[in-house]
Amino acid sequence: MRRIEIISHKVDWVTVLIYGIMVLWGWLNIYSASYDENQSIIDLSINSGKQMMFIIISFILIMAILIIDMRFYETFAYVIYGAILFLLLLVPFIGKEVGGNRAWLGVGSFGVQPSEFAKFATALALAKYIGSVGFRMDNLRNQAILFAMIGAPILLILMQKDYGTAMVFIVFIVVFYREGMSPFLILVGLGVAIIFILTLLVENNWFLYGIIAGAWAIVIFFNRRKKFKRWAIITLGALVLAGTITSVEFIFNNLLEPHHQKRVMVLINPELDQLGAGYHVYQSKVAIGSGGFLGKGFLDGEQTKLKFVPEQYTDFIFCTIGEEQGWIGSLFIVSLFVTLLLRVIFLAERQKNKFARVYGYSVACIFFFHFATNIAMTIGLFPVIGIPLPFFSYGGSSLLGFTVLLFILLKLDAHRMHVLQRI
Amino acid sequence: MNEGRKEIIQIVFVLIGVIFLGKLFFIQVLEDSYKNLAAVNAIREEPQFPVRGLIKDRNGKLIVYNNPEYDLMIILREVERFDSTQFCNVFEIDSLQLRGFFKAFLAEIKNKKANELQPYPFIQKLSNYDLAKIQDNIDEFPGFFIQARSTRAYASKAAANALGYVSEISKGQLEKDKSGTYRQRDYIGQSGIESYYEEYLRGKRGVKYLMRNKDGVVKGSYEDGRYDVQSLPGQDLISTIDLDLQEYGEFLLNGKAGSIIAIEPATGEILAMVSGPSYDPTLLTGKHYSSNFVLISNDTLKPLFNRPLMAQYRPGSIFKIAQAMVALQEGVIKPETRIRCDRSLIDCHGPHTNEDLRGAITNSCNPYFRDVLRRMLNKGKSDSPFDDTRIGLEEWTGHMRSFGFGKALGIDLPNEKGGLVPSPAYYDRAYGGRPWKFSNIYSIAIGEGENLVVPLQMANFAATVANKGFYYTPHLVKSIGNSGKPLPVYMERHYTTIDSVNFRVARDAMQRVVEEGTGQYRAKLKDIIVCGKTGTVQNEPRPDHSVFIAFAPKNNPQIAVSVYVEFSGQGGRAAASIASLMIEKYLLGGTQRKNIEDYVLRGKFLD
Repeated sequence: MRRIEIISHKVDWVTVLIYGIMVLWGWLNIYSASYDENQSIIDLSINSGKQMMFIIISFILIMAILIIDMRFYETFAYVIYGAILFLLLLVPFIGKEVGGNRAWLGVGSFGVQPSEFAKFATALALAKYIGSVGFRMDNLRNQAILFAMIGAPILLILMQKDYGTAMVFIVFIVVFYREGMSPFLILVGLGVAIIFILTLLVENNWFLYGIIAGAWAIVIFFNRRKKFKRWAIITLGALVLAGTITSVEFIFNNLLEPHHQKRVMVLINPELDQLGAGYHVYQSKVAIGSGGFLGKGFLDGEQTKLKFVPEQYTDFIFCTIGEEQGWIGSLFIVSLFVTLLLRVIFLAERQKNKFARVYGYSVACIFFFHFATNIAMTIGLFPVIGIPLPFFSYGGSSLLGFTVLLFILLKLDAHRMHVLQRI
Repeated sequence: MNEGRKEIIQIVFVLIGVIFLGKLFFIQVLEDSYKNLAAVNAIREEPQFPVRGLIKDRNGKLIVYNNPEYDLMIILREVERFDSTQFCNVFEIDSLQLRGFFKAFLAEIKNKKANELQPYPFIQKLSNYDLAKIQDNIDEFPGFFIQARSTRAYASKAAANALGYVSEISKGQLEKDKSGTYRQRDYIGQSGIESYYEEYLRGKRGVKYLMRNKDGVVKGSYEDGRYDVQSLPGQDLISTIDLDLQEYGEFLLNGKAGSIIAIEPATGEILAMVSGPSYDPTLLTGKHYSSNFVLISNDTLKPLFNRPLMAQYRPGSIFKIAQAMVALQEGVIKPETRIRCDRSLIDCHGPHTNEDLRGAITNSCNPYFRDVLRRMLNKGKSDSPFDDTRIGLEEWTGHMRSFGFGKALGIDLPNEKGGLVPSPAYYDRAYGGRPWKFSNIYSIAIGEGENLVVPLQMANFAATVANKGFYYTPHLVKSIGNSGKPLPVYMERHYTTIDSVNFRVARDAMQRVVEEGTGQYRAKLKDIIVCGKTGTVQNEPRPDHSVFIAFAPKNNPQIAVSVYVEFSGQGGRAAASIASLMIEKYLLGGTQRKNIEDYVLRGKFLD
């Protein structure tokens, strides 16, 4: 009993409150997105009923996380990571096929997506590794191991053709950056993405080569007193960007699957193919845009009721809020997420040990990636990739996964003083 | 070494949130197009065109009904590449027309009058015949489909001007429609009964909401049709027209310009209203509407000009009946009053010298009625002959107006003209303030001068005489929907200012006109006492208009008629013949006087 008392005193109630609001609001929106006036919100045959069960399971899980000894997570980080990798490895062979993807492991009548749990498992493992004695971010071998640790789940998830979830793991680079890795990789990565889009947009590639050459010259000029090594890095970056231009066509035509090509093209030209690849984004924008300032009211969104946006209760749940709650609803949900992100960073920064801090940043970055790409794709700022909006989207695996992710941090945070005592 | 990185990450997080809110503000609040698109997107609104009310004749015969008509609709978003040669073959157009249709459509889209997701009429007004051919091939052209509606069809070619026509609502009309009843492509009555009874005939437009799946294909009704509105058919009208009589009238007037109006005196119901020349109402339906309309409206014979209501003539001698009754009412003459036929004052015709009132009417004596008018206008109520005329004319005008002259009677058709009964005010204007007296205006005594009437007023006048002093406003519809009643205004009796005893003289005189006067030869019937009056409207230098009004039988009038035949000489010829044939047709079912009918059909009235 004493343990629970300690927890209830130390747990960060601000985060718990935000979590509660999100889960509850998400639940109402799932009801709206699958609304049928003959069925109540707790009817287990509809999504909102099932989501309610997931929420109850989450509460049980939260209790368990808070009761389990905090040392468990750090101690068993690699074990959990290994176990999840093993499950991911199993999925392509014994998984259930749902919606064309073999990403599910059957447990009774419910399916579980191990990829959703891979996120917190990877976060734990990375945190443990970075927090381990003797780890140096500028050590190439350590860096290689880090990238291998995020590479493994990415590869396994790519085998399930779940590109969206695979992309999430790239966000760990931001955590590495926070822990001292050079921003070079992030900058080049961003550069490659921008050049990729520009190459598809601009007809004349020589124009882009010119821009890169110009940028290279300017950066070199400002770094003219720096060491040769800096020059080499800058030149390498410029070459990678230039190489992107030449390989865009190859990548686009050979490495991307046709439906991905279309999603990228639609992003560049939204008018294109509104009934085909652009349909999802187009419908999503229409639903959100039709909400106006105040929205149409709960359960009154006609686009939502007509189920115009496919799978609106999962990845496109934001459409429901946009349409029924209007810009005010958008303002509230975006503020809620930004508040959560800043709060999680705040929690991460106040940790006394590296493990907890790295884990905290991982949580922030994963939430950030989901929030940013999900909202961006619904409003046409990013290609459609299927990743859920944390706590809002329908789905047991994602809700449980995110809950575990967040509450392990809260558990660690609640005991941050114990860490000192231990040392 | 990692200082500032926390802040950079925080800034990025907040920045993304701000970017999202900005973009959301743009699409949710600033940009309007998504609100429109939302409605367009989810639901396809399919108008359900109401079926227009039918029009039947007084005996239940169908005159106007509805025929199915088909529009080829296009939803651009769903159109795929198609074989344009094949398309042109199926729809019987050439490639230039096809190009034209597309151009027009794209222009509409550019003007935001149409969009790619909503159906737009591509080729309109296809007939049943066209449809048979199209139906086998329509599947080859995704994005195109057929929408059915109905268009007017006519059981008879008769009464085109009385019935009016229907066409798609014009831009101007649409702008004027503040009630929002109409939408583009709606049909609306443009003239005649179709226009006057538009609100009863049109019915109520319905709407069907269809749900489109993600491929834009209609998946079924939206919410099981919960929001659908059934179209309500328009109300049927029962016309006062006797289709047989109407057709006979058109048959008689064929090739002539003029009008025939027959009224049932006891009710004011118009039994026939013929305007010549007319047109085949079927021409103004279907896909050739526009080209036919141009042809008809540019025709020099003006077939769209509804002469019974719109052609204003001087009344001529038939006006003498009205003069006689006003004079009797004013007490300035008695039926026995004899006046010398002084042809030095005004021209006259026929051998007569000193008639009483009945004789003067029978012989249409001009000097007699000149003197009658003088007695009415100059009663000596004032010493000044000018003021005296003014006082008299004021009274005279009042009497004349009570017959329905000088104002639109208020028939249930648009564009009725009122004619003219000159009043003191009128002469003040006409003389520009200079004084005027009887000697200036006496030509109104014999129905010439400034008097103007339309044929409808003369028919109404005949009915008034038949009724001995009252009339019901002439009307063409006797029952709206299931009410069995006309509009309330057509059930009101209008009394003239003349006592009914005074009509006896007029009726006797009119009987004599037919039996021994100017109308005797062609208007007289064997078994029926016809009362009539000829009129010959001077029309220098062209031939006179032939005019005749009549009612019959004298003691129980069933029908009152006015006939105008333009440029056909004396009233006793063309007009009297036609009027009597109409009476025969109505009362006896047909004529026994083949020679008169042949005479009318031959149409050589001036020989």
